[in-house]
Amino acid sequence: MPTIDTERNTIIISKPVVHKSTACYHCGTDCITDSIAIEEKVFCCEGCKLVYEILNDNGLCDYYKLQSHPGLTQIKPARADKFAYLDNEEIASKLYKFTDGNHTMVTLYIPGVHCASCMWLLEHMNKLAAGITESRLNFTSKEVTIRFKKDTITLRRIVELLTTIGYEPYISLDDATQSKTKNHNKQLIYKLGVAGFCFGNIMLMSFPEYLSLDKGIEYEYAFLFRILNVVLALPVFFYSASAFFSSAWAGLKQRILNIDAPIVLALIITFSRSIYEIATNTGSGYLDSMSGIVFFMLVGRVVQERAYKSISFHRDYKSYFPIAVNVVTKDGIISKNLQDLQEKDVVELHNDEIIPADAILVKGSARIDYSFVTGESEPVLVEAGKQVYAGGKQVGEKITIQVVKPVAASYLTSLWNHHSFAKNKAEKNNRESIIHVMSKYFTIVLFVLAATTAVYWWVNDPAKILPSVSAMLIVACPCALLLAATYTNGNLLRLLSNNGLYLRDATVIEQIGDATHIVFDKTGTLTQGSKQFHTTGHQLTETEKAWVYNTASHSKHPYSKALVKYLGAFPTLEIDKWEEHTGKGLYAAIGNNTVQIGSAAFTGVTAESDSNKPALYIRVNDKVTAFYVTTEFRQEVAQLIPQLHKRYGLSLLSGDNDRQREQLQTLFGQNSTLLFEQKPLHKLNYIKQLQDQGGKVLMVGDGLNDAGALQQSNVGITLADDINNFTPSCDAILDAGKFGKFPALLQLAYSGKYIIYFSFIISILYNIVGLSISMQGKMNPMIAAILMPVSTLSIVLITTGLGSLVAKKAGLSLKA
Amino acid sequence: MSALYLLILASIAVAAFFLIAFIWSVRSNQFEDKQGAAMRMLQDDEITIN
Repeated sequence: MPTIDTERNTIIISKPVVHKSTACYHCGTDCITDSIAIEEKVFCCEGCKLVYEILNDNGLCDYYKLQSHPGLTQIKPARADKFAYLDNEEIASKLYKFTDGNHTMVTLYIPGVHCASCMWLLEHMNKLAAGITESRLNFTSKEVTIRFKKDTITLRRIVELLTTIGYEPYISLDDATQSKTKNHNKQLIYKLGVAGFCFGNIMLMSFPEYLSLDKGIEYEYAFLFRILNVVLALPVFFYSASAFFSSAWAGLKQRILNIDAPIVLALIITFSRSIYEIATNTGSGYLDSMSGIVFFMLVGRVVQERAYKSISFHRDYKSYFPIAVNVVTKDGIISKNLQDLQEKDVVELHNDEIIPADAILVKGSARIDYSFVTGESEPVLVEAGKQVYAGGKQVGEKITIQVVKPVAASYLTSLWNHHSFAKNKAEKNNRESIIHVMSKYFTIVLFVLAATTAVYWWVNDPAKILPSVSAMLIVACPCALLLAATYTNGNLLRLLSNNGLYLRDATVIEQIGDATHIVFDKTGTLTQGSKQFHTTGHQLTETEKAWVYNTASHSKHPYSKALVKYLGAFPTLEIDKWEEHTGKGLYAAIGNNTVQIGSAAFTGVTAESDSNKPALYIRVNDKVTAFYVTTEFRQEVAQLIPQLHKRYGLSLLSGDNDRQREQLQTLFGQNSTLLFEQKPLHKLNYIKQLQDQGGKVLMVGDGLNDAGALQQSNVGITLADDINNFTPSCDAILDAGKFGKFPALLQLAYSGKYIIYFSFIISILYNIVGLSISMQGKMNPMIAAILMPVSTLSIVLITTGLGSLVAKKAGLSLKA
Repeated sequence: MSALYLLILASIAVAAFFLIAFIWSVRSNQFEDKQGAAMRMLQDDEITIN
């Protein structure tokens, strides 16, 4: 009976499967041959075998027991001197977290970490090399912290070791410039802990007095409990609530009455009145209510500020650029800090390395992939003497370039100096938030009511002015409004992330809800990374295919590679003559047959109309075949665009050429704007133009070339095939697999505002009840102590329930 | 009735102990990597620090 191996979902389809294949013992990739093997263990490549040997020699084969095929495929070996720059102490020292000259600690980000085996191996680094004393992996953030002795092992050696065993660290310019501040969130947790402790104890101390009702408890105990309450309330008021004080003060300084201002006012009045009552022995105060509300508001904040540790929303070009480059000098090649790179420096670049600054190509055949910068997916051929731009990636052989502009002044990097990057979007969003507008009116109404009450009691019974007015201000604290907003947002953040949309912070929800216009990027956003091929004209026979295969397989041009991929595997034939005409095509003679592959002119074909241009022509003897490369749209797109068109204005900005204009225009509808061959700055300006016309723009993009537009837009959403991958700075990251749910996710964010409105109305009702009691001067601590948790709890329940209800109706899943 | 004083003090002391324990656990990064901790405890041998 044949068994079906359900584990094997990592089959690489493009690779021809010649015979019944075995999964590589190390990485699980299908092996093309059984020849690379140790005993009965078969490997897909020498790299995987090497990793196994290293682990085996060091007795670390438990790695393979925790999970079958845990490794990462080693088919692409790293260049030997790739990390040579780490020998430069100046550069290496920027990565150190701590060093005393010998004992050193370094934290490296390892994108490849994915399972328990990874963790086990990375935490046993000390067995692989002498000098490493301890290694600890933070699985959530994929960061390994290694302690080592610098006199025994170098950082370069460690990084190379990691690379050899398949865990290549990602080291970028960002690591050298970033100063990590993660303490903010911890402060909030401490405040919450203290508030919780004090709140619980104050409640406990207040019970005897409440429950004794009219009889009154013995004086000495009442006094003790009250003193304890005051002592416990001090840290709540001065420490836990400090976040609200500073926020209110910051708002007032800018002459903005934000929601924290009336809350702080209520806190101050509650606290001072309670102290007064206890000091004069006229009552027990409202300290339990005060600390309770601080506690619940802090819980709301924590819920709302949930952070996704493995996702970063603040990446700029620094995360993409290397930390150092190889500079050619009179004394040979040296590693130089990227920041120290100057004009006229001559830099060597290897395959897959990024051009760090605008430069002139000096030597080598440059094939630059500008997809980071322009979104155009085809590499550009550059001749010596021509300019190459920062952000491009060299594909192919080693090239030498001479820098003409420093890193910060280069075309791509100068985008970050654009003024749209200077503003803090979160702060701006927050200032415009609906809850601050609502709380402003709320505060005004409250002051009018307070004044009316004061006037009324001044006429009837002046002694009651202070108690009733202060009670009013205490009861009418808009904390219910703040709670409604924070819990609604917190719940929506949770629901959205469960469905693949990760927001930078809660202010983004409201911005998504207000959006009127959606702008899409094409390459990588609407289209998938993978390409589709087809041919027209003469259908190649198997023999002809073998000739074409042998001709194209010697060329490194991306189209040749695409052709090889399309054809599949063929045996090697003897070629009598082979020529590559750069920029034109290939010529080969095999026996009496000739094969020409290349442009229309090169193969002698009359070119077809522009709208449907084949990538290249193949002429075998005198028969011509046209070969097309098309990018495929994500399958959800056809359904998604018309759905979004009902509510939003749509636009498309593409860095690519307009080959697919007609197809896209039909999809987007005639009234949508489609712009092609857009540079990053064009995209940014188009968004600005829409905003000047009063639109609120939501931009969906994917690469660095969209970074400017994402930043300028009201909401910038990055579509990522792997959310842990590198994404440009943005407001939200959408898991590309969940792209079909996009309209439903927008609908959920949109409903957020109405959920806040609704829960606000509920909280107003509580306020009216509370106010009517206090205006009559009948408010007592017992009623306040009951009203506060009841109103809070009901608001939490309502917001959570409504959010989940809307999500369910929109067809979203409630659980992760 | 002085027993009551003692009990109140004891109850606050216990609560304060838990507060300190909580702050200590946050400070020592015990909540930084919840996924990793769950995996680490299933692995057979503990990491030995040389």
